[in-house]
This record gives sequence, structure tokens and C-alpha cells, in this order.
Amino acid sequence: MATDLLLFYLFGAIAAGASLLVVLGRNPMHSVLLLIVSFAALAAIYIGLEAPFAAVVQIIIYAGAIMVLFLFVVMLLNAHREDDAAPPAGVTSGPLRAGGVLAVLLVAELVWALRRAARGGDALLSAGPGADPAALQSVRALGNRLFTEHSLAFEVTSILIIVAMVGAVVLARRES
Amino acid sequence: MVPLGHYLILSAVLFATGTMGVFLRRNVITVLLSIEVMLNAVNLAFIAFGRTLGSVDGQVIMFFVVTVAAAEAAIGLALVIALFRHRESLNPDVFTSLKW
Repeated sequence: MATDLLLFYLFGAIAAGASLLVVLGRNPMHSVLLLIVSFAALAAIYIGLEAPFAAVVQIIIYAGAIMVLFLFVVMLLNAHREDDAAPPAGVTSGPLRAGGVLAVLLVAELVWALRRAARGGDALLSAGPGADPAALQSVRALGNRLFTEHSLAFEVTSILIIVAMVGAVVLARRES
Repeated sequence: MVPLGHYLILSAVLFATGTMGVFLRRNVITVLLSIEVMLNAVNLAFIAFGRTLGSVDGQVIMFFVVTVAAAEAAIGLALVIALFRHRESLNPDVFTSLKW
């Protein structure tokens, strides 16, 4: 019974730890590889959330396509370590202090909102008819939803992809 | 069944980690990676809520977020390459031409 909780803690710890190392690491190459570990752990969590399609998308598109793009750029620019330059002259203790206050506010706001949301969600869960896991897992239901209710958003997404493709080519082109 | 609050807390931790990276790192590529971490935190919250509400809409939105993340990564990395060509550096503090 508690297996799912145990697995959640295991993969959650892997995801959080790997993300922390991504952020704290000095070497961009290590950061990219650790982010792939974090994505894999999140995919496992998605399977626990009865969303196998999301897990597969996470692995194929995120860990597969996007991270390979990042790896290409890291290797292309030969950026194996970060410049250890001193902080610019403009950064004094004033802005740092303001940033600290903002960070504390962000954490407080997140904790407040999530406590409320979790309470509301659990209430909904006990009040509602309960989710049908088979309907949630089915890719057919997902496709039906995607191509009927959200078909406009889907088409707009394809325009976005074309714009991004053309934009990437234009930006990275060598001017001559 | 894992309660919704657990997923939301993990999501908040990941989001805060990503935000920290955006502000702390002095490397444009790592900043982009931190944004990916933040997007993943949001995806996790969407899917957890979708499961709780018994709807596939969470997964549909996750699909759109992944698409936008792919577009963002392509454009962002193209910008990084263009910037590197001009300044021979990846430190965002170097790119201050638009600052007044």
C-alpha cells in the first residue's frame, strides 16, 4: 500500500537533488546531463500519476530532443566552465538585500497558495465521484480532448513551431 | 495514493530551484536550463491537479507546455549562438548594450 508513497519519495528526491545540482554546478555539460536524470525521475513520477503518455513525452521530447539540442550548443561553443568574473560594479548590497526580501516573499506566497490548493483538492477528491483511472490513462481520451476541445490551441501551436523554426534559422545564420 | 499536497510541494521546490538558478548563474546556457526546470515544475503541478480532478486536461496542457518549451529552447539557443559570435562570452553581464 505504501509502495507508491515510497516510490514518490525516491523519485522526488532524485528529481529535486538533480535539479539542485543542475543549478549549482559549474560545468554546463554536467548540468545538462543531470537535468536528463531529473527528467527521467519526473517521468517515473508521471507514471505514478497515471499519466503514461506524459511520461513518454517527457522522455522522448524533453530528455531526447531538447536536451540533445542543449548538448550540441554546449559542445559547439566549447563552454566547459563558467567565467568566474567578479560581480559587476552595479551589484552592491542594496539590490542583493531587495532580492533576498523578494525570495522570502516568493517562498511564503508559494507555501500559502499550495496549502490552500492542496486542502481544496483533497476536499474535491473526497466529494467528487472519484477519477476513473482507465479514462485518465487512455491516450484515446487524451487525443479526443486534444483534437476537439483544444483543436484551436493545437493549430496555434503548429504556427508557433514554424515561427520558432524560422526564427532559429534566421538568428543563428552567419551574416555575410 | 500519494496526496496532492506532496506533488505540489515537490513542484514548488523544483520551481524555487529553477528561479534560484536564473538569478545566480553567470552562464546563459545554465540560465536556460534553469528555465527548463521551472517549466517541469509547472508540468508536474498540472498533471497532479489533472489526476486529482479526474480530467485529462492536465496532460493536454502539459503537452502544450512541452511544445512551447521546445520552441523556447530552439530560439534561446539560437540567440546564445548569435550572442557568443558577437562577444565571445556566455556571461550575461557582458551583454549590456541595451542597458541605460
